[in-house]
Amino acid sequence: MNIVVCINHVPDTETKVKVGSDGKSIDQAGVNYMLNPYDEFAIEAALQLKEKHGGQTLVVSLGGDAHKETLRKALAMGIEKAVLLKDTSVRDSFSIAKALAEELRAISPDCILFGKQSIDYYDEQIPGLVAEFLGMPSVSVVVKLDVKDGTVMCEREIEGGHEIVETRLPAVISAQKGLNEPRYPSLKGIMAAKTKPIEERQPAIVPPFVEVIGMNKPPGKQPGKIVGTDKSAVPELIRLLHEEAKVI
Amino acid sequence: MKILAFAEQREGKFKKSAFEVTQAARRIADKLTAELITLVIGDNIEHILPELRMYGANRVLAAQDTRLQYYSTTAYAKIVAQVAQQEQAMLLFLPASQMGKDLAPRIAAKLSAGVAADSVALRVENGDLIATRPVYAGKAMIDVRITSPIKLFTLRPNVFTAVAGNGAAIAVEKVSIQLDDVDFAAKVTGVKLTEGRPDVTEASIIVSGGRGLKGPENFHLVEKLADVLGAAVGASRAVVDAGWRPHDEQVGQTGKTVSPTLYIACGISGAVQHLAGMSTSKYIVAINKDKDAPIFQVADYGVVADVFEILPTLTEELKKTLGK
Repeated sequence: MNIVVCINHVPDTETKVKVGSDGKSIDQAGVNYMLNPYDEFAIEAALQLKEKHGGQTLVVSLGGDAHKETLRKALAMGIEKAVLLKDTSVRDSFSIAKALAEELRAISPDCILFGKQSIDYYDEQIPGLVAEFLGMPSVSVVVKLDVKDGTVMCEREIEGGHEIVETRLPAVISAQKGLNEPRYPSLKGIMAAKTKPIEERQPAIVPPFVEVIGMNKPPGKQPGKIVGTDKSAVPELIRLLHEEAKVI
Repeated sequence: MKILAFAEQREGKFKKSAFEVTQAARRIADKLTAELITLVIGDNIEHILPELRMYGANRVLAAQDTRLQYYSTTAYAKIVAQVAQQEQAMLLFLPASQMGKDLAPRIAAKLSAGVAADSVALRVENGDLIATRPVYAGKAMIDVRITSPIKLFTLRPNVFTAVAGNGAAIAVEKVSIQLDDVDFAAKVTGVKLTEGRPDVTEASIIVSGGRGLKGPENFHLVEKLADVLGAAVGASRAVVDAGWRPHDEQVGQTGKTVSPTLYIACGISGAVQHLAGMSTSKYIVAINKDKDAPIFQVADYGVVADVFEILPTLTEELKKTLGK
């Protein structure tokens, strides 16, 4: 099975976001980057598919040189090959997905895995866009995945439950937390990843359709009132919720 | 100009977001003097269509087929895209629900359209529709303009208000789109619903628990309060990672971003990634024994005390107040 995982390099979850001087993006000072958390589930799923069905695994990321660090993490976890689609231009989900799809078309994968979303822009668009560009079925927000004789059985999360979805390979799958327990890179894996080559290519990027015209911090909430310090505060809390906030 | 709103239904029942999306699209249509078309897809949906008129729909298109009983990414996307093309709709509105978020990119690829995903506010500026949407799980907001001729907007559930009005007459038209086997390449064969409480992304009240609960066996305190309020149960990343609670309850940057009217945080300190996921809640109550916990910085009402002391009393008192 020819398995590809598309991953992203994102500011870590502890980042305190400040708006940058351009007023449209975040201030990069002091921001640490990491492998997008949802992508870890996609990488783990790829490794498990390979262990079960055999085949090759490839990881792809689109971005600048900094993305190599994240590609190396995927290699350390056990992915065999890495490709960096080197681009630092202004783009949106559509332009990224188009570039990924062009790249993937050439290698005709059986299974393309993504994290369900990137925790920076929260678009949740790229897996579906890539699938449509490649004319493949897709299942998003997957919490259970089983492949047998080319048939893919999935469960995807919906509000208040799961949808059970059946499809055939080749297919695009986006992974949700809960799909599996991502492995930690072994020491051997980390050492091996250092010497594995990362192939660099220049993708063709189409201009974005979505233009960011400004970034702001959300209207800050002011600390409210401390109603009390023991259970005698409960009646007053209920009164406030009922009469002042009018939410119960 | 025409505007197309997608009204989500499951099992013959409209989602609240169907009304939110219809009404938001109606407001934009009025501002831009455009015609609004509302599209409903499914099986056995005829009887629910008139409900939409209370939210500003006057022309409703219904795509009915027994094969559409369950949601299907490819078939639904084909119908929405073809209707948009036939009607020459330039603005499309969908809910940022699990269905809408799955559908939007496939429609966008078919129509070469940009998507403003998970929008929380819309405004018209020099004839352009500007969407405000959270990024970094709500740590920042961006304003975006779409430059493609056809534009898609997904609207975060629970943010746009849907108020039922008197409504005018509606015209219902049947949509016939040829569906082939290939349109069901990914097929939903069943749905497993968790009984009982609402989902955190749809609930107007959420009672959330964190490490202050000390163990999974104490979460019944959170559940009881939630049940008195008809609320969803939420959880912090710490307790989900510890395996105390299922991940579909997780609120925060690697969980769900929520905007309920009331969020009650019990024994949650308020890590940056948690606050990002819930700070757009209309009212926040924090119950935590650590007076320096960051959650108090965003709470409208705080109680600095042990959750084990407060929760049982709060549940009992609310039962009396709400007459349960």
